[in-house]
Amino acid sequence: MAQRTKLFLLHHGPLLTTMAIFFLAYFIGGRLYPAMQKPQAFFNLFINNGPLLILGIGMTFVILTGGIDLSVGGVLALTTAASAALLQLGASPALVIPLMLVMGTALGCTLGCIIHFFKVQPFIVTLMGLFFARGMAYIISLTSLSINDPFYKQLALTQIPIPFVPKAYLYIPSLVGPILLLVAVYLAFFTRFGRTVYAIGNNEQSARLMGLPVGRTRILVYSLSGFCSALAGIVFSISLLAGYGQFASGIELDAIASVVMGGTLLTGGVGNVIGTLFGVLIEGTIISILQYNGTLSSWWTRIGVGVLTLIFIGIQSLFYVRRKHS
Amino acid sequence: MNAPPPLKRIRESRLFWPLAALFIILLFDAIFVPSFFKIGVQDGHLYGNLIDVVNNGAPLMLVAIGMTMVIATGGVDLSVGAVIAISAAMGAVLINPALGDRLITNDILTKDATNTPLVIIVIANLLAGTLCGLWNGMLVSRARIQPMVATLILMVAGRGIAQLITNGQIMTIYYTPYFWFGNGFILGLPVSVYIVALVFIVASLIVRRTPIGLFVEAVGINPKATFYAGISEKNIKLMAYAFCGFCSAIAGLILSSYVHSADGNNNGLNYELDAILAVVMGGTLMSGGRFSLFGSIIGALVIWTFTLSMYALGVPDKALLAGRAVLVLIVILLYSDQSRRLLSRLFDRKGARHGATH
Repeated sequence: MAQRTKLFLLHHGPLLTTMAIFFLAYFIGGRLYPAMQKPQAFFNLFINNGPLLILGIGMTFVILTGGIDLSVGGVLALTTAASAALLQLGASPALVIPLMLVMGTALGCTLGCIIHFFKVQPFIVTLMGLFFARGMAYIISLTSLSINDPFYKQLALTQIPIPFVPKAYLYIPSLVGPILLLVAVYLAFFTRFGRTVYAIGNNEQSARLMGLPVGRTRILVYSLSGFCSALAGIVFSISLLAGYGQFASGIELDAIASVVMGGTLLTGGVGNVIGTLFGVLIEGTIISILQYNGTLSSWWTRIGVGVLTLIFIGIQSLFYVRRKHS
Repeated sequence: MNAPPPLKRIRESRLFWPLAALFIILLFDAIFVPSFFKIGVQDGHLYGNLIDVVNNGAPLMLVAIGMTMVIATGGVDLSVGAVIAISAAMGAVLINPALGDRLITNDILTKDATNTPLVIIVIANLLAGTLCGLWNGMLVSRARIQPMVATLILMVAGRGIAQLITNGQIMTIYYTPYFWFGNGFILGLPVSVYIVALVFIVASLIVRRTPIGLFVEAVGINPKATFYAGISEKNIKLMAYAFCGFCSAIAGLILSSYVHSADGNNNGLNYELDAILAVVMGGTLMSGGRFSLFGSIIGALVIWTFTLSMYALGVPDKALLAGRAVLVLIVILLYSDQSRRLLSRLFDRKGARHGATH
């Protein structure tokens, strides 16, 4: 029994640590600022960090294969700008939303193909994707475009009451992240695709020798990340009712940081989508604490996220070394 | 159908591609923007687009020199942009520690207008950058964190630190001697060119006249073998990152002096990407090993010639991002093994592809 517990702890250590740190951070925040004890403060984490969660889920898969996707912020911004421009031209949301999702997936697929067929490091290729997507967004419009579409407005402003919790609500777009999370858990643990992703991340050579479709899976993973970025872009443009090439600058780093905080190894093969959720929640908690404080400036978020990432990398390597020994 | 050996030697030289790219861009300019080549004399110094290329490109060239060393050890430094911001913030704060308006009024009384002697400001700038580099180096060499992640941390936190130093303000610098680094001229050429030349010559001497260059390449090709050969792989890496930090700090000094201000959010924005692009274009492989400092400088020149040509054409700054992405794509495709192999096959069917370039 003790042996089992130990193994369980070793295997799920990083995830449990992440959860513990989140609860601790939230508890401290609640003690410091009683306003944070309200249920709505918790649900605000989902409302404010919806796009980040969606990006993080796509990023988790990419990082699990041992790659990285720096283009997510760019695709997000491009989606907001393109959809705002299309909506201003009078296109119907029923057309715009699928079009944007296809565009994001196609971009991701292109990046994945370049990575796979030309054997270039993912890091450089997706950097190109970032430049390209942001550049295209600026070509669409150099200024912020507002969205006046009634359907978008309705989506943005409809509150959904949370059952059993009084006076707590979510907006419709903030539901996208949690639903996507469920899909991602299914994809990661109950499909061939998910298992192949883990296999590639652990050892690409072995995965190839086992006859797993390495190339196809890798391209699919980047397409998935592109899809998630476009989805995050739609959620982002709904919540802000605007589109602009400068939106969400640096969010790729936040996404990577939350994936790392969630216990996913950047070398690939080890990790969990659920951890990413808690990584995002930790980031959200830091931001809320800073906001509730009011006197601390926003640059502390960046320093805080940097320090936390470092701590989590330390924790990870600790667990990883232990697991190798046992 | 054998290609003659000289042609092959030129084609396989690492400098061939960057120089070809530079040539193509200049050719493009010659056809579409002839005014690009106009160089005039004003107040005893030269001006014109070509001078702007070297002056505006100087920070990138410096960062690229540092980045070359890091990439040659098989790593990468994503924090250079943040280090530039930190160095710029250091300079601005030391010149003007919140004394405010008094400095604006006597900005002509140059030497007394600063609270810290210029020498100390420069030393502090360089020291701050080198410390950041050392921190990266410690994380990579001692804590054994992947270079990309280790430097990502400073990339995220560094801009926060820069804003912490300037207290979140965009600080404008009114101290004229400080402007000399970015706007001054010696014998008609910008000061920054001389700084780049100095750093380049010193770095090349160290790298080519002492065993250090060989050590760096060895670490990049096989760190373990290097370790067993009795070379302190850790210290070589530490040195490379510290040097990169040092170079970024000089770049920060020149940049803040050029724009007369320090802005934690925008100083050195996207420099990490441009620097990597310059290094890769210059023929240094991302996987480490053989490197070429001169190639990286040419790479930086290509980027800035391209950028300024586009400005001359009237392309807005922000829309240029997409253009640069296309540039990256071309570079990636040219440097990938697949297209190399294809080229080799096209040029000589005998198929001598790898190795033996010297």
